[in-house]
Amino acid sequence: MPSVSKPAARRASFRWLDRSFAVAGGMAALVSFGLFAWLIRDLVRLGMPRISWEFLTAEVADAGRSGGIGPVLVSSVLILVCCLGLAIPLGTGCALWLAEYARRGSVPARLVTGGVDLLASVPSIVFGLFGMVFFGQTLRMGFSILSGGLTLACMILPMLVRTTLSALEALPADLRPAAAGLGMTRSTTIAKVLLPAALPGIVIGVTLGIGRALSETAALIFTSGYSTRWPETLSDSGRALSVHIYDLALNVANGGPMASSSALVLLALILVVNSAAVTLSERWLLKRHQTS
Amino acid sequence: MGLLALVAGGMVLLIIGYLLTNAWPAIQAGRLGGFFTDTKWQPGSQRDPRFGVVSMLTASFLVTFLAVALALPVGLACAIFHRFYAPPVLERWNRRMLELLIGVPAVVFGFWGLMVVVPLLIRLAPGTPGQSLLAGSIVLGFMILPIITLTSQAALQAVPAAQLQAAAGLGMGRARTIWCVVLPAAKGGIGTGVLLALARAIGETMAVVLVCGNIPQIPKSLFDPVRPITSTIALEMGYATASHKALLFCAGLILVLCTALLVGWISFRRADSDPGTGGA
Repeated sequence: MPSVSKPAARRASFRWLDRSFAVAGGMAALVSFGLFAWLIRDLVRLGMPRISWEFLTAEVADAGRSGGIGPVLVSSVLILVCCLGLAIPLGTGCALWLAEYARRGSVPARLVTGGVDLLASVPSIVFGLFGMVFFGQTLRMGFSILSGGLTLACMILPMLVRTTLSALEALPADLRPAAAGLGMTRSTTIAKVLLPAALPGIVIGVTLGIGRALSETAALIFTSGYSTRWPETLSDSGRALSVHIYDLALNVANGGPMASSSALVLLALILVVNSAAVTLSERWLLKRHQTS
Repeated sequence: MGLLALVAGGMVLLIIGYLLTNAWPAIQAGRLGGFFTDTKWQPGSQRDPRFGVVSMLTASFLVTFLAVALALPVGLACAIFHRFYAPPVLERWNRRMLELLIGVPAVVFGFWGLMVVVPLLIRLAPGTPGQSLLAGSIVLGFMILPIITLTSQAALQAVPAAQLQAAAGLGMGRARTIWCVVLPAAKGGIGTGVLLALARAIGETMAVVLVCGNIPQIPKSLFDPVRPITSTIALEMGYATASHKALLFCAGLILVLCTALLVGWISFRRADSDPGTGGA
């Protein structure tokens, strides 16, 4: 009898396992979904009442307890512009070199890839330390929007390199011999054929980079600083939106309500940027799927 | 082009170089000994300045591991559910939501933790400050949950269909296929996801600085306030001078070392498992 009952018992135990996978998994999915809903609901409940055009454009008053976030938004945008101004050429150039010039698997190529991977692992607070001494002190930028933007550029660089590289590698292999057959030089091929073809991938990378840069706080505290005045030049100190939230939550008594409104604005911005990235990449993948 | 690549690839060396030069005064003065043995951190004290990083290292590791311990079971269960149980529509929307959740700024998580999780903990355990090791782990766990779920799901999806068909051919049920075939085959990928999450968690600053309580001590219970290493840098860099500053740069170096080790481990494992197919 044991030879009969043993498989039966095992089957029963796996039926039990199947059921517990379904229940536990469903609960876990529910938890992760519920968490997102909870986060959004709380932020909307705490932050929504003060959101208005006035709030988005007015000056910061009383250390942030009243007024709006106008200068903070402007500073954030300026920091982002500086960041992309350095990161896009550097990231695209590096990816182009890796994909088109370096021999795959050669020592220089592996060193550069390794360096970029390692850069991706550096914690953001360390970027802040580095930016403070390198851009702020060595390059004499002090606490400035420029210094913050450039620090962020170093931070999002690996992301740009990776997405651009994978976009270039995913291009049809016959583009390059076809361009060579038309007598195009390598630089013309890159400028007229490869870059336009890889543009969707680059755009997605940049969009993700914008999301990452907008959400960064730790790298900015010691580089772009805390000033809440309207920035006039790039060498002014300017407070990014995320730093504003951090400062209100940690250093300002009764800063909570304004912090939650700012957090809601930041979250909305990030969600828009990131859903744009997701939609773009899905649409692009679909199109490639249909044409190939 | 090569120059740009050189700049991009060499950036990390520049960063490490700058950390080292700025940390050098402390290393040269032989302060590193006390750095790792002294349990007290009182940099501002005039009479007896002490720079021991032990309590903060402990806090960093505890918060990180607790966060992973909280997030891994939930994330893995969620990934299994998505891959084998959920209808495709649900899976698609939930995956999208997780992708968006990855992008939620750490400072927003931290702020939400401060406004929601901390009061909840105070209600659960009256008499405690609320801002604690546990609060930090919960918020950090929430933050890395999408990373673990998505990487585990990718690992489950990477199991070759032939293995699933073979299991079906042997008459194995769904649960048995998952338990005996899929999970062993996907073990490597799941492990990589956990390492990624660890690297992200240990370097995280904003989420922990707002909810951990920021008292440098070795915690005796889950409800004790702690101060991880990243918070210390963020809180003290603004006013630190001389040797205090150099020691904060040392702390930064330790962080880079930790994440670099984790990333090195990940690429080592990838290189290891690449030649074989399926990883089983």
